[in-house]
Amino acid sequence: MEEKKDLQTPEVAETKKAAAAPAETPAAPEAQAKPAAAKPAVTKPAPKPELPGENEIKPRLVEPEALHDEMLRLRDEEKMDFLELITGVDWGEEGLGCVYNLWSTATGKREYVKTVTPDRENPFIPTVSDLWTIAEVYEREVLDFYGIKFLGHKDMRRIFLREDWVGYPFRKDDKPEEQNPLKMENEVLSDTTVEYNRDAEGNITETEHVVFAPEDYMVNIGPQHPSTHGVLHFRVALEGERIKKIDPKLGYIHRGIEKLNESYTYPQTLALTDRMDYLGAMQSRHALCMTIEKAANIEVSDRVQVVRTIMDELQRIDSHILFFSCLCQDMGATTAFLYGFRDREKVLDIFEETCGGRLIINYNMIGGLAADIHPNFQKRVKEFIPYMRKNIKEYYDIFINNVIARNRLIGVGNLTLEQVVSGGCTGPSGRASGWHNDVRKRQPYAAYDRVDFKEIVRTEGDSYARLLCRMDEIEQSLCIIEQLIDNIPEGPFQTKTKPIIKVPAGKYYSCVEGSRGEFGVYLESTGDKSPYRLHYRSTGLPLVWIMDAACRGELIADMMAINGTLDYVVPDIDR
Amino acid sequence: MKLKRPKIKSIPYEEFNDNETYEKLVKELNENGVNVIVKKLDDLFDWGRSNSLWPLTFATSCCGIEFMAVCAARYDIARFGFEVTRNSPRQADVILVNGTITNKMAPVLKRLYDQMADPKYVVAIGGCAIAGGPFTKSYHVVKGVDKIIPVDVYVPGCPPRPESFLYGMMQLQRIVKAENFFGTTNRKEKDPQTLSESLESIKEVVEKQQEA
Repeated sequence: MEEKKDLQTPEVAETKKAAAAPAETPAAPEAQAKPAAAKPAVTKPAPKPELPGENEIKPRLVEPEALHDEMLRLRDEEKMDFLELITGVDWGEEGLGCVYNLWSTATGKREYVKTVTPDRENPFIPTVSDLWTIAEVYEREVLDFYGIKFLGHKDMRRIFLREDWVGYPFRKDDKPEEQNPLKMENEVLSDTTVEYNRDAEGNITETEHVVFAPEDYMVNIGPQHPSTHGVLHFRVALEGERIKKIDPKLGYIHRGIEKLNESYTYPQTLALTDRMDYLGAMQSRHALCMTIEKAANIEVSDRVQVVRTIMDELQRIDSHILFFSCLCQDMGATTAFLYGFRDREKVLDIFEETCGGRLIINYNMIGGLAADIHPNFQKRVKEFIPYMRKNIKEYYDIFINNVIARNRLIGVGNLTLEQVVSGGCTGPSGRASGWHNDVRKRQPYAAYDRVDFKEIVRTEGDSYARLLCRMDEIEQSLCIIEQLIDNIPEGPFQTKTKPIIKVPAGKYYSCVEGSRGEFGVYLESTGDKSPYRLHYRSTGLPLVWIMDAACRGELIADMMAINGTLDYVVPDIDR
Repeated sequence: MKLKRPKIKSIPYEEFNDNETYEKLVKELNENGVNVIVKKLDDLFDWGRSNSLWPLTFATSCCGIEFMAVCAARYDIARFGFEVTRNSPRQADVILVNGTITNKMAPVLKRLYDQMADPKYVVAIGGCAIAGGPFTKSYHVVKGVDKIIPVDVYVPGCPPRPESFLYGMMQLQRIVKAENFFGTTNRKEKDPQTLSESLESIKEVVEKQQEA
């Protein structure tokens, strides 16, 4: 791996000051007014004073007994409608617990709550899955890796690991490899599940629930299926041709990245983010670098911020083109697939020239970039923008305006605003249902505060709206790139960092707008050279979870189209 | 005796890497001599088979996206006759293991392999399929698919470039061209090479299970 980039160019430290000098500071909107303006017209807003550990979070401790009431109060009174993330953590002596990230879409306020139970043998925490539907899957994830059982959760089965897995691998004292040799017999999936509750005397009771009754007509889709976009297993109950229920089984590509990270140094952890959501590789890595930089107070130059923004947007275009191609392929339009890949190669060429990689790019580094942009970079990008604008019209001609495509997508797979907010579906899939959730707008990072672009929001909430949302976002991304490409400020591409990067003890959270939703990084450090806990907010996990709601009552033939328009990447879900 | 050198479109024989292994393989296959007439028929069959290898669309992670790029217009896998990707293992000749194989996926992959009709081939694409790649320290990753199924060609990279894919597929074409279709390949269960290897690997796995 090329992870030994900590020691960077020596002249960086001197030039950093020069770059930060507020030479000419026109207001931000001027930049986009005349993108072809003279080169030195650098848009450089006054440098923000960096506070120590800008993204540090201080979760409020709530006892497990009071958790549910407190969360209910936060949701109803403080309008915390978006449950961003639940992170399970093993705090050793203190016990096992969870950190809840809440974000209000109405007021923009954030809230962090922490709960901990000292009982390691039988840890119980009350569920919040009745308040936010997304908690259903987050809590099952915590159960899978930490063994915390949630009281009142209707479905306490493992979700990633095999049902006969022994132990809880993310606990610090667990030895997963010794207890779980490779099993070659097929996994037996149970049709029943269990719910835990505490009765009046304080004893734990178990209630059995049926997932699939014997009379249900069940179809297995996956794990080897060409249209599940990876290895994902859906168990689908049918009523005639209509879908009655979907039960997703995940974990066929679970590689334990979060556990691996705990034994890696910070620069080493970067390599694995590219391999999670490989269509959002730039953005995921950007998020992790940003988290570490803000936490360790490493200042990055303005040049890096702008280049990162351009790269993120190119990646978004790449991802949305691939989304279009795959959707067409899933629905049988092979020519459209070839059209999409023709244009995607142009983006990959740009990446390859500067970063050296096509798909796994390894470009962002802590404190900067792996290499400066290629001399051809600006020329190539400027050629690409009109090329893409012209070609996107072909997409409309060949597929999007096609009558068959319209009939199969319009009015199919409807999701309401309440469903997407409660289900935490960020990104274009959520915006197609009218939810304003673009992190670039709500909490600008990198260079997004100095560019002018529209947040694409539609209200229909069907498959077609999700498709159009992404197509319009390509146009907005091109617009962002156009504003920045001529205004890349001079400066170092890498800040000099210490050979061994250590993050001050504390909890940190940062997020970026990934190709398919909010990608967040929760980092907990004890001041060591490797993280104590590094948890990613998967962009795809809520999207898989919403499949059940989106598909109920639809024809099974439409399932793949709905699945395609939700656009998730399975290695990102399983991690 | 001079070995017969199969002709592969676009790459001369000398420009292939690792010709020693290949020559060893050819020697082993022809150790007991071959019937002239049957061998001529073999050549005809192998010519046809090597130019119409149907891959199974099997992708677990990143390498799968590169495989899609190989299938698309710029790299155009159809030039070599591999474009007929099959969704069912029953109709496929070759399984390209694109991506990491985890413990949960391992039985599924084995089952897919078992479902394929003989003669069948396996190409391990990318670092993960070869040896676990960057996840080799993980508790949930199989350290190389050759622990589960016999592999014919390894294509390194993370992910490999499309050119590497094509090169790997050409190496596979050479293997196919060297085989004696009527002798062993169409009755692969008796092929000493692949059988002993796969049996051993299965035995290992079974033994490990019994111990556990």
